[in-house]
Amino acid sequence: MTTINFQDLIKILEKYEIAELENVVIDGDVEIEMLEGGGGDAAALQLAIGQGAAQIGMNLMQLAQMLGYPVGALMQPVGVPPAVGAAEAEILEKLLDEKFSVEHEKYTTAVEEVTIGATKADGGTRETTVTIGGERALPFFNYAAPMPNPIAITLDCFDMPIGLAKAVKVHYEDVMESPGEWAKKNVEKFGADMVTIHLISTDPLIKDTPPKEAAKVVEEVLQAVKVPIVIGGSGNPDKDPAVLEAAAEVAEGERCLIASANLNMDYERIAKAAMDHGHVILSWTQLDINNQKTLNRYLFKAGVNRKDIVIDPTTAALGYGIDYAFTNIERMRLMALKGDTDLNFPISCGITNAWGAREAWMKESPLKEDSDWGPREYRGPLFEIITGLTLGVAGGDLFMMMHPGAAATVKEITRTLRGDVEAKPVPIDDWVTLEV
Amino acid sequence: MKLSSPLEIYDYLPKTNCGECGEATCMAFAAKLIEREVKLETCKPILEDKFRKKYEELSELLAPEIKEIVLGVGERAIKIGGEDVMHRHQLTFFDETALVYDVWDTMDEADLVARVKAITDWQKFYVGDFLRLYGVAVRSTSNDPAKFGACVRKVLETTPLPLVLCSFDPKVLEAGLEVAADKNPLIYAANKDNWKDVAKLVKKYNVAVTLYAPADLDLLKSMAVSFEKMGISDLVLDPGTYPTGKDLEQTLQRFLQIRRAGIVEGQKDIAYPIMSVPLTTWMVYDDPVDATYWETVLADVFTIRYADIMILHSIEPYAVMIQRTLVDNIYVDPRRPVQVDPGVNVIGNPTADSPVFMTTNFALTYYTVESDVASNNIDCYILVVDTEGIGVEAALAGGQLTSAKVKDTMEKADINLEEAVTHKTLIIPGLTARISGELEDTLGWNILVGPGDSGRIPGFLEEKWPPK
Repeated sequence: MTTINFQDLIKILEKYEIAELENVVIDGDVEIEMLEGGGGDAAALQLAIGQGAAQIGMNLMQLAQMLGYPVGALMQPVGVPPAVGAAEAEILEKLLDEKFSVEHEKYTTAVEEVTIGATKADGGTRETTVTIGGERALPFFNYAAPMPNPIAITLDCFDMPIGLAKAVKVHYEDVMESPGEWAKKNVEKFGADMVTIHLISTDPLIKDTPPKEAAKVVEEVLQAVKVPIVIGGSGNPDKDPAVLEAAAEVAEGERCLIASANLNMDYERIAKAAMDHGHVILSWTQLDINNQKTLNRYLFKAGVNRKDIVIDPTTAALGYGIDYAFTNIERMRLMALKGDTDLNFPISCGITNAWGAREAWMKESPLKEDSDWGPREYRGPLFEIITGLTLGVAGGDLFMMMHPGAAATVKEITRTLRGDVEAKPVPIDDWVTLEV
Repeated sequence: MKLSSPLEIYDYLPKTNCGECGEATCMAFAAKLIEREVKLETCKPILEDKFRKKYEELSELLAPEIKEIVLGVGERAIKIGGEDVMHRHQLTFFDETALVYDVWDTMDEADLVARVKAITDWQKFYVGDFLRLYGVAVRSTSNDPAKFGACVRKVLETTPLPLVLCSFDPKVLEAGLEVAADKNPLIYAANKDNWKDVAKLVKKYNVAVTLYAPADLDLLKSMAVSFEKMGISDLVLDPGTYPTGKDLEQTLQRFLQIRRAGIVEGQKDIAYPIMSVPLTTWMVYDDPVDATYWETVLADVFTIRYADIMILHSIEPYAVMIQRTLVDNIYVDPRRPVQVDPGVNVIGNPTADSPVFMTTNFALTYYTVESDVASNNIDCYILVVDTEGIGVEAALAGGQLTSAKVKDTMEKADINLEEAVTHKTLIIPGLTARISGELEDTLGWNILVGPGDSGRIPGFLEEKWPPK
């Protein structure tokens, strides 16, 4: 035997559009008792909502029939509702009142805060400086701990004309012959916080420019712009120590970022040059946390101050290993926050690598099975933006970039996520009906 | 999941070591379970009545922290949610952020069909397989049930992809459900005003539903708890995606907090898949390129930070390709091998005059080269050098790609290239030009410096092959 409250019964019946039964007036807190059994016409309904409820329905049908309601006609077209278990849980009258709360992440250790560039007061000639690092949580986890410094962007220039993707080249073809003019354009036209001069012509396989001449280019750039600069070698492990040593010397006191020391070269010589002439050193390893720890320890041992180290754990482009770069950076940053003082340094990322991806520069897909790739003049910059932003979310602090529009977009979104950007509120409550 | 070692799982297993699951022992099976590499139901004995209790308990313990929901039916059905970790290196992310692109019911029919086809057929070859898209969101901009129903019907005729049915009007939603309920769509959305009627619909049609509480996590949780109480547990949470300024910053904070509550604190009440709607960008920017860029930027942030499903508007190929590649890169299993086997691979039906290309055993590099030659019907050999899974440029800089390594790979390969071809010419990647001399000396082969990108191999061969 089933006992059911009349209110519940009405609710159940509402589902099957027998709402008219609400008009049946039954006084008092009625409980209707029914005997086991039944079936026949309402077998489908029974299956769907359970035997007890169906029995109630049948009995009510009889009740309604007695009151002259055409129940038979009503029951015929009602199909089998797919809802299973619908009878067990009712529609609530009002929402339950709940409060959301969550504890935030707690870490023990802050990332070192490193300043690049020195003004007159600090023995240099820069008019601005750039400070990066200092985080106490993952980037943009502002509810746990705000980011003390925004991500900084340094725009690349080179000591010789180089092959560039079309979308990039249009911005620089007028200055490629002159590193000074190139640097100036980066700052004055494109608003770069910093400039990187890559001394790639020093590579013995390119032009084998002697260190002394390379140093002159550094002087030229330092005179052309008043922002802090990054000095990059050619990446040749045999030649770079001499090149970067000469560059560090002519840039005495400017607190440049010297890029870079790595394990397969005479990193001690580069470290010493940076220390002797008052620069910050970039410690570069290839997607390997243990190597990064090892190189950093060697630098400590060589006497490099913790405030003078930025690390570059290697950037891979979207689609070309960014999963490794992302996870490598995120893991390092988490280890740093949890107390690994071999790793708590600001992170530099060579976002320009994005242009190595064929999807960034190629006119169309070489594979006929691929869907259209879309115009490369939009694709390329977006490739650089997403490579940058992704690594910014992982923990990058300083981005070396190439396309001025991409740099501007990365700056805007990373500052927005940091909470720096005011904007007119957008009413999104009814976005569904948006006409576009 | 609640368990952290195979030993804890082992306690629940039948311990028969029957091997029916394909593993030698129950312990080995337990190890696979903890890595989420196999399904518990692969163990046949535990499904027997006598183990029913253990099975139920273990199922509960193995369930992912974030509720997993299936949308759609058939081959293109998708799973969303199902996550167990905050960071991919802690295990892996499991169910890719479902990128769902919109159509609307005031579209011209021809445009509608073309757009749905474009979404359905989009593909890009990547690391040995094709990337595809996940679903179509049908928005009611007319607020007319009949129009919406007709639109959903047309979409269903055109695509096998899962649908998200979008309206705040329960009557409109029902018109869509009448057409699409058996295709297991997601309903968008219940909000503070319509939740009761939407809950009735959801119960009637037994579908998953999105709860929408913009900028109000208390309300979102209240709705989630209430729906669960009403017997509705296939829930997706949308805390609102504000496209600009501090509201966007706050949007991200909500995503971070919801997921932390679900995974780190085990708050089951809120451990559901999260939806982001970067489409709101289109409420701000008039210029379609600006809107597409910013929409992609938002898609990037919320792919990484915890959106399980996302509604987007732009189907510009340049944006879709980038959005979809990122999803793959964030969700790809970091435990998978990054290398292919070194050696000599045969593409097509090469003869003694066919070219031999060199590349590295980094999976991405290898598959790119392989697809470039295969797609252009080039019969050839590929010499896959063991660079420890590092790409060409990095391996050259890091010393994993040297002439000695190339020689070593050639000597160890099953196919003897010295015999297979008569020209003794090796085409090397353009990026390795600087070791061409060294290679010539070490191998005693002619070296031909190939293009900087393997996509240019067809043009290169036309010009330079056969060698003079």
